[in-house]
Amino acid sequence: MSLLSIKNIHTIAEDDHNKKILKGLDLEINPGEIHVIMGPNGSGKSTLANTIFSSPRYIKTEGNIYFEGEDITEESTDKIAKKGIFMSFQTPEEIPGVTLANYLKSVKTSIDGKKPSIYEFIPQVENTMKELDMKEEYIKREFNVGFSGGEKKKNEILQMLLINPKLAILDETDSGLDVDAIKTVVKGINMYKNDNNAVLIITHSTKILKGLNVDKVHILVDGKIVKTGDYSLALEIDENGYKDYIK
Amino acid sequence: MAKTNVDNYLDNETRNIYNTKSNNEVLDIKYGLTEDIIRQISKEKNEPDWVLDIRLKALKLFYELSDPDWGPDISYLDINKIATYVKSIDKEKRTWEEVPDEIKDVFDKLGIPESEKEALAGSGAQFDSSTVYHNLTEDLKKSGVIYTSFDEALREYPELVKEYFTKAVPIMDHKYIALHYALFSGGSFVYIPKDTELDRPLQSYFRLNAKGAGQFEHTLIIVDENSKLQFIEGCSAPGYNELNLHAGCVELFVKKNAFLRFSTIENWSKNMLNLNTKKCFVEENGKIEWIMGSFGSKVSMLYPLSVLNGPYASCEFTNISFAGKGQNLDTGLKIIHNAPHTTSVVDSKSISKDGGICTFRSNVLVKPNASKSKLSISCESLMLDSESRSDTIPVDTIQCDDVEFAHEATVGKISDEAIYYLETRGMSELEAKSLIVRGFAEPIAKAFPVEYAVEMNRLIELELEGTIG
Ligand SMILES: Nc1ncnc2c1ncn2[C@@H]1O[C@H](COP(=O)(O)OP(=O)(O)OP(=O)(O)O)[C@@H](O)[C@H]1O
Ligand SMILES: [Mg+2]
Repeated sequence: MSLLSIKNIHTIAEDDHNKKILKGLDLEINPGEIHVIMGPNGSGKSTLANTIFSSPRYIKTEGNIYFEGEDITEESTDKIAKKGIFMSFQTPEEIPGVTLANYLKSVKTSIDGKKPSIYEFIPQVENTMKELDMKEEYIKREFNVGFSGGEKKKNEILQMLLINPKLAILDETDSGLDVDAIKTVVKGINMYKNDNNAVLIITHSTKILKGLNVDKVHILVDGKIVKTGDYSLALEIDENGYKDYIK
Repeated sequence: MAKTNVDNYLDNETRNIYNTKSNNEVLDIKYGLTEDIIRQISKEKNEPDWVLDIRLKALKLFYELSDPDWGPDISYLDINKIATYVKSIDKEKRTWEEVPDEIKDVFDKLGIPESEKEALAGSGAQFDSSTVYHNLTEDLKKSGVIYTSFDEALREYPELVKEYFTKAVPIMDHKYIALHYALFSGGSFVYIPKDTELDRPLQSYFRLNAKGAGQFEHTLIIVDENSKLQFIEGCSAPGYNELNLHAGCVELFVKKNAFLRFSTIENWSKNMLNLNTKKCFVEENGKIEWIMGSFGSKVSMLYPLSVLNGPYASCEFTNISFAGKGQNLDTGLKIIHNAPHTTSVVDSKSISKDGGICTFRSNVLVKPNASKSKLSISCESLMLDSESRSDTIPVDTIQCDDVEFAHEATVGKISDEAIYYLETRGMSELEAKSLIVRGFAEPIAKAFPVEYAVEMNRLIELELEGTIG
């Protein structure tokens, strides 16, 4: 059974019902796989990630989304997260007044439905932060407040590792990262990845893909997947751009 | 709903704590406001004539003065329907064990004062119009510290009380302070002699219990030269359909080089009209710290005044208010800089939801003699939806050139993106809002004593759920 199965999904924008964004998109992801989505700016990549999560900013007008065989098309955002889907945001939010430590505790409590044991959780957070080259003292800082763009992205990967979802969607986690930070993100993905979970990477660059075992690459243009291939498709796009795929 | 992320989440049982109603026997109850009633109250308390005179003058003033022509409408208050005096105990108790079980139960459920005994230098409790209990550690008694009910202070220390009573808040200040002086009953009296530092706080808890009752406690605190005091005041009431009234008064005197931190957590039910008056005089190099958390009530009008009368006197004001459905919290502060090198720092936050209204009036006056003074005022409001309202109304009168002055006011709506982000982390909308609000309130919560910060977070949680009566 596939982990995520998207069938003919159509969406419009909540604040502009005439704005059609996804126009009949299909996608199948199996446990153990790493998928990549590439596509021009504005083609609907972030919309896809947010549509999976039932973001209130988009309305699904047609189609269905299944997770582990269960129809989650109408499911609420928090329930979808609890079922095991995670998203690393293209622009992560800040939560003033809440320390990173307290934030992570709250997230862990919500996902698991019970408070984590502090004696196990805090060392786990500290170790993971170390692996991701994050400064230890950041744990006391307000969540994402005053963090640099790259630091915020690492914070997303930190959350992915602590939540340990079944499917992680990474929306341009590599954008704006320096060479070392990209390596750290790749390291994080490899730490997370196993035969039972899956990753969906949205990216504009092949740099992040080099250290990963990519199974499939999809090209998303104008709300539809227009081509699916293996890693070589990503290299081809890197070389030639999207001109062959835009009508 | 799954158990939440929030550390101090309350289960159903604890949620009902504030609504505990006692079936204690009421020894005496009087309704309305007449000269007869006032004479009876005074007689029962065995008061000296000068106190009765004040009550009668105030009574006359109450009927002469009119409601303020600004702020929330309170014209529906009918004093004849208010139980202006509710006596629930024959005599104040010395030990907690002597307090009648029905009353003790209510305080026990609120966690007062048993759970905090170790952390306090002394504590007091008032139930409706009667002080039920006051206690101070023996060593402090020996060192000349006075902490009694206001009624007892009038009997035991009449000269000391007379010197300060009505001197910070005069009886003609406004209509509802006149009402207070006509009916005042209970409250705390504190005198800290010179060169005395209390390492633990004193705490008074005021519980309004009876349906349709008014509470008019008077708190008078004098911190003499080079002394230090932290005072904590807690107030709460169960929910009723009838209107309840709170018109308390706090008079504070901070002498040369003295320090007073006055913390208040008010958690009124939504049938409460809270018309409270607080003032503080600060002498040379003295410091007053106000820390306030205002929750509940139908209408609140409260604007503590600090008068910085000596050079280098200072005031710090930290406040949080939360207005939910049907609530109008009109609060703020007044500060008068009346000497050179005086400093004030204001940090206020307000939260409104479900159509609640929060208005924050900051009124500062820097007199011509207050050169080299510094003022920093910050007011932030957070609206949780588009029906709610938050206003900040600053009135700054600066009559002196040589001052450093900063006034910052921001009004913002809770971010839908932030809520969505937290939802993708498994939080329900309520849990997400609660985390954001707690973060917003965190700088204020930090200023409270630990147990009260916990209490405050708990109140925020209850307000967000809309479960406070
Ligand atoms: N809430 C919205 N209201 C109206 N239009 C929207 C809304 N959200 C997205 N769009 C539009 O839908 C299209 C797809 O946006 P989306 O953010 O999914 O693009 P993307 O593929 O992630 O682009 P990028 O590579 O720049 O991140 C864009 O044209 C965008 O302007
Ligand atoms: Mg995008």
